[in-house]
Amino acid sequence: MKFGIVVFPGSNCEHDCYHVVKHVLRQEACFLWHKDRTLAGSDCVILPGGFAHGDYLRCGAMAKFSPIMETVARFAKEGGPVLGICNGFQILTESGLLPGALVRNRSLHYLCLDLTLRVETTNSPFTAQIPPGKVLKMPVGHGEGCYFADAKTLKRLEVEGRIAFRYCDSKGNLTEESNPNGSLLSIAGVLNERGNVMGFMPHPDRCAESILGNEDGRLIFESVIAATQGH
Amino acid sequence: MSENTEPAVDLNLALAHGLSSEEYEKVRAILGRTPSYTELGIFSLMWSEHCSYKSSRIHLKRFPTTGPQVLQGPGENAGAIDIGGGLAAIFKMESHNHPSYVEPYQGAATGVGGILRDIFTMGARPIASLNSLRFGSPDHPRMRYLLGGVVGGIAGYGNCVGVPTVGGEVAFHPSYNGNILVNVLNLGIAHAGRIFRGQARGPGNSVFYVGSRTGRDGIHGASLLASASFEADSQTKRPTVQVGDPFAEKLLLEACLELMKTDAIIGIQDMGAAGLTSSSVEMAGRGGTGIDLDLDRVPVREEGMTPYEMMLSESQERMLVIVRRGSEEKVRQIFRKWDLEGVPVGEVSAGGSLRVHFRGKRVADIPVKPIADGAPLLKRPMERPAWQDEVGRLDLTGLKDVVHPPKALKGLLGSLNLCSREWIYRQYDHMVRTNTVVRPGSDAAVIRIKGSPHALALTTDCNGRYCYLDPRSGARIAVAEASRNLACSGAVAQALTDCLNFGNPERPEVMWQFSECVDGIGEACRALEIPVISGNVSFYNETEGKGIFPTPTIGMVGIIEDARLAMRSFFCKEADVVVLLGETGEELGGSEYLSQAHRLEAGPLPVLDLEREEAVQLACIEAIGEGLVSSAHDCAEGGIAVALAESCFHPEGMLGAEVTLPAGRRLDAILFGETQSRILLSLPKFNLGKLEKICQDREAPFSLLGAVGGSRLKIHVGEEAVINTALTELKRPWAEALPAWMV
Repeated sequence: MKFGIVVFPGSNCEHDCYHVVKHVLRQEACFLWHKDRTLAGSDCVILPGGFAHGDYLRCGAMAKFSPIMETVARFAKEGGPVLGICNGFQILTESGLLPGALVRNRSLHYLCLDLTLRVETTNSPFTAQIPPGKVLKMPVGHGEGCYFADAKTLKRLEVEGRIAFRYCDSKGNLTEESNPNGSLLSIAGVLNERGNVMGFMPHPDRCAESILGNEDGRLIFESVIAATQGH
Repeated sequence: MSENTEPAVDLNLALAHGLSSEEYEKVRAILGRTPSYTELGIFSLMWSEHCSYKSSRIHLKRFPTTGPQVLQGPGENAGAIDIGGGLAAIFKMESHNHPSYVEPYQGAATGVGGILRDIFTMGARPIASLNSLRFGSPDHPRMRYLLGGVVGGIAGYGNCVGVPTVGGEVAFHPSYNGNILVNVLNLGIAHAGRIFRGQARGPGNSVFYVGSRTGRDGIHGASLLASASFEADSQTKRPTVQVGDPFAEKLLLEACLELMKTDAIIGIQDMGAAGLTSSSVEMAGRGGTGIDLDLDRVPVREEGMTPYEMMLSESQERMLVIVRRGSEEKVRQIFRKWDLEGVPVGEVSAGGSLRVHFRGKRVADIPVKPIADGAPLLKRPMERPAWQDEVGRLDLTGLKDVVHPPKALKGLLGSLNLCSREWIYRQYDHMVRTNTVVRPGSDAAVIRIKGSPHALALTTDCNGRYCYLDPRSGARIAVAEASRNLACSGAVAQALTDCLNFGNPERPEVMWQFSECVDGIGEACRALEIPVISGNVSFYNETEGKGIFPTPTIGMVGIIEDARLAMRSFFCKEADVVVLLGETGEELGGSEYLSQAHRLEAGPLPVLDLEREEAVQLACIEAIGEGLVSSAHDCAEGGIAVALAESCFHPEGMLGAEVTLPAGRRLDAILFGETQSRILLSLPKFNLGKLEKICQDREAPFSLLGAVGGSRLKIHVGEEAVINTALTELKRPWAEALPAWMV
């Protein structure tokens, strides 16, 4: 299958995603320049991490005006899988493809460290291959990763099974300590109504190889590949 | 200030620009007339200490700078070494001390920006940054603000550009109260056959200005801020500090690397310190050409800028590119794609002069060679300080030995100089680009090279107190310890870069310290066969006549043959045995323990036998390379007791140890003395024989200390149990000291 990785001028994890998809998982991969309007036949679109347009204003706020985002929105509407990682998640909420917002971490500092998280639903192309309730370890790297939404939205996300991942301790318990950015309901990843768009704060692209000491991130990519090839 | 109101140039104005009267006379002799105001500005920058290295150049010649691995030694934007597979590692370290003291966030941020440009201007993609920081006394009212700002600035800039900050060091001492140190190192990877240099060749080729627009910021940064001591009014120098724009840097980085894939570039150089002036003069100097500049075409941020201001501005995120004739459109296209300025501002000329034009007038006409190479070469007077003998003496007879070792150990672990740096490095994105095999917190950071079996290990090191007590030995130790850090990760050191931070060179004592440190570095480099390939000198780290500890920071890079064998410093297997390579002497002089427990900063330094050092390091590297070892950790500040405790603090689960050290010396020296050339290893018992054989062959001393296991650290000295403490109790002060201080 073919992954299209969108490159905004300030993206900085596009090569990391490309490397995992192409060299680790041996799938096709291409870069999609943000000023273009084509997805070049991609089966899955990844919005990678970084600082799309410098993000001095609000993370992802300007990226929604990049021409490619219209095409991505159409692709999502048609049911195509779209994965936003870190800054990609911020762009998806700013673009209205996902509800809520990512605001400043509780500590007010950028945080780069490993966190543990629990898969909350296997009913999505990004999580289908993960054993239900499994606790994964993945790194995060963000200054604005605190997921925020109004009570009604949160309730809806919960009821509709659209919370994909929650930060937890190594045993799977939701604790304040294991949620250092302060996300509401410990949310690490959410899905759109149809389940084909996921915003995800941790970096699966940073933990998909044994030499990096952690391969948990592969599960997300492998789920998408299985879901797409199953079609 | 408009052009018409430019002041008349005379000796007083030259002095105010930081030139001496002899230098001013030399300028007049070179030009055969009185310089224009713009010309005076250009000379004052080029001949500033910061740009010309006028006090240090005669000393720096004593460094060994060659070796089969060296592709580019000192003199370019950065040095380069061959790392196999057709690839080169390009790296350099630079200081941004003065700006960071005046405005910590922007000072540190633009320090990172500057060093990144030095690397990608050579054609390399930056893949790792490190930093070496010095702050004043923890009690000083400004230190929290300074540390928070510096760390925030490094994080804010590096994280946004997407270059991981993978390691470094931090230390505190009152000698840095008025002059903190911010030294930043960056390393990039390029194709060995495609290294770009800062040379203007081929008359008729275009000179392109690319990147951000020029503003009035940073004027006199290199001459007045970096090349003079601070007085009480350092805050008034704030306008000389530049403001960083990491997003612009990211665009510039990508656009330059894209341009470098074409054949359009003849030469390229960062407009860093001294901006348009140094980039044009230095490139013409190296190319043996001249440059004609038309300032009317320089993209500016504000109206009414004078030639003087444009030539002196240190606005960030700009480059000067010499473009092959006929390739101009290619350059424009690429920079347009990245929404950056990319305009021709001049031409390479055959005449050998820098000619600057503005509004139809020639505002500067300077022969390049005399200004580029003819900078004054000073042989400043040197004198060994009268107090040097005094501080080198230490009489232990009256000094009480340690009474309560666990308490002393916890004190050291919980001190700001030795505690965990996690509060800092978790603000740095240290994983982006997915190459970080060994993260911050071990002896050296390790970066894999995608598409190659090798990995690179990187470290920075310097003990300022050592260099104050004995500059030559202190500098030797800095090199040896940096190399030892690399050995602990399994890497063979390849080359080093340095940041030589000193006080006012006009003081003979400071010049003596400088010269001694240069010799110390040179000696260790020759013995360990590690060339110096790039570096930076920062003088005038002095406030109201008080200088810093001499701090020649060493940044070193090594190669690990098999990236999968990269080693960390933590015990990781129950029942592994613990071994010491090297031997412990009775050497307390200059130690962190003496400083903390007895407020004593004195004594002869631990003796460094470079032959022994090499033997220990080679044994360690060989053992790791053969896959015998589970962990390796250097014994440094705080001695073997601190090294053992740190080895127990595995980030994914602590593991204790029980060891026995030989008795027969002062207990404090056994536990906390800083004898050199020691490495702690842990390994499966069945590998012990093989390790012993390696050590015998290498003539590296070897002793079995004990075993890994449990949740306590137990240290016996001879028959006596001197430390038996739960790891949780040891780790708490170590983990909490820095965040607690910052709150």
